[in-house]
Amino acid sequence: MARIIDRRFDSKKKSAVNRQRFLRRFKKQIRRAVNDAINGRSIRNLDNGEEVSIPARDLSEPHFQHGKGGIWDQIYSGNDQFMAGDSINRPPPAGGGGGSKASNEGEGEDDFVFHLSREEFLDIFFDDLALPNLVRTQLARITDYRSQRAGYSTDGSPANINIIRSMRGALGRRLALGSPFHARLKELQHELDEAIKRYGEDHEEVENLRAEIARLKIKIEAIPFIDSFDLRYNNRIRVPKPTTQALMFCIMDVSGSMDEEKKATAKRFFMLLYLFLTRAYEHIEVVFIRHHTTAKEVDEEEFFHSRESGGTVVSSALLLMNEIIRERYAGGNWNIYGAQASDGDNWDNDSPICRDILGARILPYCQYFAYIEITPGEPQNLWREYDKLRGAYPNFAMQHIEEPAQIYPVFRELFKKTLT
Amino acid sequence: MKRRAKTPLPEHLPTTSEWTIEAIERYHQEVARVAASYGLDTYPVQIEIITTEQMMDAYASVGMPVNYHHWSFGKHFLSTEKGYKRGQMGLAYEIVINSNPCIAYLMEENTLTMQALVIAHAAYGHNSFFKGNYLFQTWTNADAIVDYLIFARNFISQCEERHGEDEVELLLDSCHALMSLGVDRYRRPQKLSLGKEQMRQREREEYMQSQVNELWRTLPQMDAHPEQATEVTFPPEPEENLLYFIEKHAPLLEPWEREIVRIVRKIAQYFFPQRQTQVMNEGWATFWHYTILNHLYDEGLLADSFMLEFLQSHTNVVYQPAYNERWYNGVNPYALGFSMWQDIKRICENPTDEDREWFPDIAGSDWRATFDFAMRSFKDESFVAQFLSPKLIRDFRFFSVLDDEREDKLKVSAIHDDSGYRKIRETLSEQYNLGSREPNIQVWNVDLRGDRSITLRHQPYQQRPLGTTTEEVMKHFARLWGFTVRLESVDEHGSIEVLQEARIEKRRGHSDD
Repeated sequence: MARIIDRRFDSKKKSAVNRQRFLRRFKKQIRRAVNDAINGRSIRNLDNGEEVSIPARDLSEPHFQHGKGGIWDQIYSGNDQFMAGDSINRPPPAGGGGGSKASNEGEGEDDFVFHLSREEFLDIFFDDLALPNLVRTQLARITDYRSQRAGYSTDGSPANINIIRSMRGALGRRLALGSPFHARLKELQHELDEAIKRYGEDHEEVENLRAEIARLKIKIEAIPFIDSFDLRYNNRIRVPKPTTQALMFCIMDVSGSMDEEKKATAKRFFMLLYLFLTRAYEHIEVVFIRHHTTAKEVDEEEFFHSRESGGTVVSSALLLMNEIIRERYAGGNWNIYGAQASDGDNWDNDSPICRDILGARILPYCQYFAYIEITPGEPQNLWREYDKLRGAYPNFAMQHIEEPAQIYPVFRELFKKTLT
Repeated sequence: MKRRAKTPLPEHLPTTSEWTIEAIERYHQEVARVAASYGLDTYPVQIEIITTEQMMDAYASVGMPVNYHHWSFGKHFLSTEKGYKRGQMGLAYEIVINSNPCIAYLMEENTLTMQALVIAHAAYGHNSFFKGNYLFQTWTNADAIVDYLIFARNFISQCEERHGEDEVELLLDSCHALMSLGVDRYRRPQKLSLGKEQMRQREREEYMQSQVNELWRTLPQMDAHPEQATEVTFPPEPEENLLYFIEKHAPLLEPWEREIVRIVRKIAQYFFPQRQTQVMNEGWATFWHYTILNHLYDEGLLADSFMLEFLQSHTNVVYQPAYNERWYNGVNPYALGFSMWQDIKRICENPTDEDREWFPDIAGSDWRATFDFAMRSFKDESFVAQFLSPKLIRDFRFFSVLDDEREDKLKVSAIHDDSGYRKIRETLSEQYNLGSREPNIQVWNVDLRGDRSITLRHQPYQQRPLGTTTEEVMKHFARLWGFTVRLESVDEHGSIEVLQEARIEKRRGHSDD
């Protein structure tokens, strides 16, 4: 006799290991795809997976096969016009019926596309930034939830029954269901009074009316005092842990000396800060300020992708930031974070001004301000000026980097705080 | 209200579209009863109900319940998953495993009708084919395959722990590249068994290593008869099973590497019969689900709604598009196989004069006996050559097209007429011959006394050249062999041309290790 086994609840992820092997093997290609994706993404959009595509030829599994050429005598079905001995022109190589089949050579040059999950995506992102593991788990964690009242629902556990709501519902229902009977009862009562007046107590008509009234009363009695669909339960929903709001400033130098590569590094820097903020704050606003000799508030698209040339006056951006804080985000309701990326090249006389503005008019309002100088060579004058602020303000961090993997130290203090 | 019934109407089997375990059991009982009444000899049946995701898992590990880990399985999983999620492709309704008991997977999404169809198709059709066909009896051991796969997986993961995942992965890549030429076509294999495998594996390790070394031992006699020595070719006969040759004779492989080569070879061998009997096997299973379910319908057990759904799906499966339709993709093995079995039954029961002339042996014979004989003793190639009737050639309107690259135009070489039947039958049969579908490449010689290079020889079939992946495969071969590998080709005039050479010098103690 046959056995029937229900395997649906067995472990599901049998292929998980094979999937990991696949990702490991094609790490280089996948990383390239992730980098492309990051460059194309908004800095606010890191919490998604990604479609990754790898050129099919990179992952072909070769076998000995027949190639094109030689003699192929093949059978086809559905002859509708041919006689033995007919000649046919060769079909164009793209295929089509009736022609030579190009055997099953290769897999075509199409890309192999698959979906990278959120975790896998973040993992590769973090890999680039050389984040410590503890920080990774902290960042990759989904927000905590707490449950909160949200009105009433029609089902739930008995412990959550809301008595007032339930009784109020029952009362309404009783009134609604009983009202036709009550109206009729009133009518009959009236008729009965009339009948008694007219015929006296013992007349048949009176008896009938009394019986009718008794029946109605039973019907009214029979309407249940409380029914299961009267029950209302306190409804609770899960909401993300309440957090306050944060404001993030992204300041970037877009003068001619900032090339695409430096901008891409800066973008990772901004993304990481944003990702960190999403873990701590429910609502985050981002302000993008780009500057060369003058500063301008722009949207993200323009921030990363438009080109400028010319000199650099960093203080203009800091002044603009200060102005925006005063005008739009004053009153201490916002946790303000600043992230500044530059190649450190500044107009000489301007750097001391920057230091003053930052120290006196920005750092006192900021939770944290991070500065990265992306340059392969020696630190520039802006660095030297900023360096003087380092000891005085614990909420200021700066780092000189050449590639994304060096970003993390800028945030070390920040992450240390949240982990303890 | 009472109605007098002459005979009590048999009760329908459940007709809901949702299935339950009980309903499946009842259908299974009836299917099993009918199958037995037709004399189908099967392994015991084990029906397993699985989810879509588990089905995709099974796809990825080539349909087996367990398998070792490798990135290529992950790749298949990803592409199946993608295709399925985007709705580009449905999953097969069933997977059936040639094991004892025979495991048939039913997918949870299927309707009850589909489950019944799958039970008849896989658990009785394929199952009886696995048990009866000579190729499966010779090449596979249904009792041991699952155990062997468990052994293989454990062994390979041990190797990964000991020697590193990368090392094992590279080795498996190379073995997979040669997998299709890692089968014995003519030699009889030994039976697999878990107990024996484990017991003998260690012995084999030591023994094989000593044998290999034997090959490279210096030969003092060489000096005495140098001119004779150069004549010696090794192997004495060309070897068609490349993986076998590597396992036994590759000089630099470690014992564990030999064992992995062996595992891949054994698995390739296990799937070899399936590749050679697709038309027969699918046709057989389709014939039986069709016959069994119709039989149940005639008994009054199946509702009309059931039959409609079943016939709709059956018709899709056996649809053969014409060559000029957009979805034409060669001859549909289900369509051809099903029609051929139906046709054999027709020839047995109602032969025409034409049938008597073409099939004097089976025309008018008992169809069950003929079926049994045909199922047991043929593979696709010989099955088509033996049983494709002129009537079917007409029904399918087969024609053959000759594509010779030296000619400007294609030529229609035969159509479904008197002069074409034999030619079409022969050509179609040849199309199912694995020996001509895959290039014929054999180990020709090893330069024992020289640089230990190995020479492979390609005998072109119909002057077909090798494909573009050859160079890659050669690199894999060279990695396994450890020394230079040369590939020669012999053309029709007997002249030899070196096609490829993959040079490698991998000796112990060199930078490579």
